[in-house]
Amino acid sequence: MSLVIVDTGCANISSVYCAFKRLGVEAKVSRDLGEIKNAAKLLLPGVGAARQAMSNLQQRDLIDTLKAAPQPLLGICLGMQLLTDHSEEGDVACLGILPGEVKRMQVGKLRLPHMGWNTLTTTDAGQQHPLLAGIGAQDYVYFVHSFAVAPSAITLASCDYGQRFAAVIGQGNKFGAQFHPERSGKVGALLLQNFLSLKAD
Amino acid sequence: MLARRLIPCLDVRDGKVVKGVQFRNHEIIGEIVPLAQAYAEQGADELVFYDITASSDGRVVDKSWVRRIAEVIDIPFCVAGGIKSVADAGLILEMGADKISVNSPALARPELISELEHNFGQQCVVVGIDSFFDKATGQYQVYQFTGDEHRTQKTSWLTLDWVKQVQQLGAGEIVLNCMNQDGVRQGYDIAQLKAVRASCSVPLIASGGAGAKAHFADVFKQADVDGALAASVFHKGVIAIPDLKQYLLAQQLEIRP
Repeated sequence: MSLVIVDTGCANISSVYCAFKRLGVEAKVSRDLGEIKNAAKLLLPGVGAARQAMSNLQQRDLIDTLKAAPQPLLGICLGMQLLTDHSEEGDVACLGILPGEVKRMQVGKLRLPHMGWNTLTTTDAGQQHPLLAGIGAQDYVYFVHSFAVAPSAITLASCDYGQRFAAVIGQGNKFGAQFHPERSGKVGALLLQNFLSLKAD
Repeated sequence: MLARRLIPCLDVRDGKVVKGVQFRNHEIIGEIVPLAQAYAEQGADELVFYDITASSDGRVVDKSWVRRIAEVIDIPFCVAGGIKSVADAGLILEMGADKISVNSPALARPELISELEHNFGQQCVVVGIDSFFDKATGQYQVYQFTGDEHRTQKTSWLTLDWVKQVQQLGAGEIVLNCMNQDGVRQGYDIAQLKAVRASCSVPLIASGGAGAKAHFADVFKQADVDGALAASVFHKGVIAIPDLKQYLLAQQLEIRP
């Protein structure tokens, strides 16, 4: 199974790489178009700001390749946000692979960033979905973000912090997790394992 | 619901985990990686590694242990100590740390906070503040170079002013080390943390003074902090994290079991 972690120039690449290594998978970190096209599965990591990340993807000539990627793809945190249509953070067009808008969270008196362990609530679709197999409602995962996607028809799990937002989204073989599975203990490792176990079609 | 975080703090000196009392007389606790792994397995929500010699020695130390930690643990961790530039921080993050924390170098050059925020995002940037209650003036004041008792010095900042300033500059989290309480296990400085909480709209982590399970419940309930950091009670086995979590859950606090 060849897994390529797309080298977006963002900061959490080695944590994601190490998380897969703990699962026995040696991922390739690459920005090479050929390697990305030949991968069985793709992972889009991301930490930082949307505008900068999109401009990194553009400079690396990765946008068209990612948009057209036929393989299963998982975006993590900012990587999930980049899969959607648009981000309010820097008012930037994103990849448009999954429907959704990224907006700054409205949390009232609560603190931002939303930082720490919070509980997942799986949707009906999520409860049936192999990506979330074995992950129960009310399992804790680790979040760090100030922007989020509102729940929609493609939400597999949501989370609540001042507002309800999409914690895991998925449509076809494209997925996004707003939290950091690579830093979410056993629950996070299970999500990554489930992604590895998905049929690569 | 967002859980309150329990954060063991591992002070690192010359590649070993050490612990002092009121920032002095350090003794060796053990090796970094096995300790980190043990805490993650016991249910720690996050780990902080402070390289306590780096800033006061004016040297850049070997940080290859960051990579070794990233390989074995599956919870978030933050690295502090001697990070003076975007390049220093970039290296640590590249090795797999989730956040970097700045203290003395931010006091020397506050715009460092903005540079870090701009390059890595607010969520990566933690500002550590060493605050000491001066009985003579009745004020909380910020100190720097606290890793070396011979070089520790008072700055011109009052703690609350610095707390406001670092948020304006782009800090994503503040760790408040209450120096009067450090290592003496008499409880967190609730009065000071409450005052800082009122001026802090980013996550706030209490540090210094934990000695009993009740101290954690007190600081969460009374000072509404997002996390509580502790070292000696965990290192010396005074409090086991699983017991502490059960205790806090029984107190109706939101805790990751």
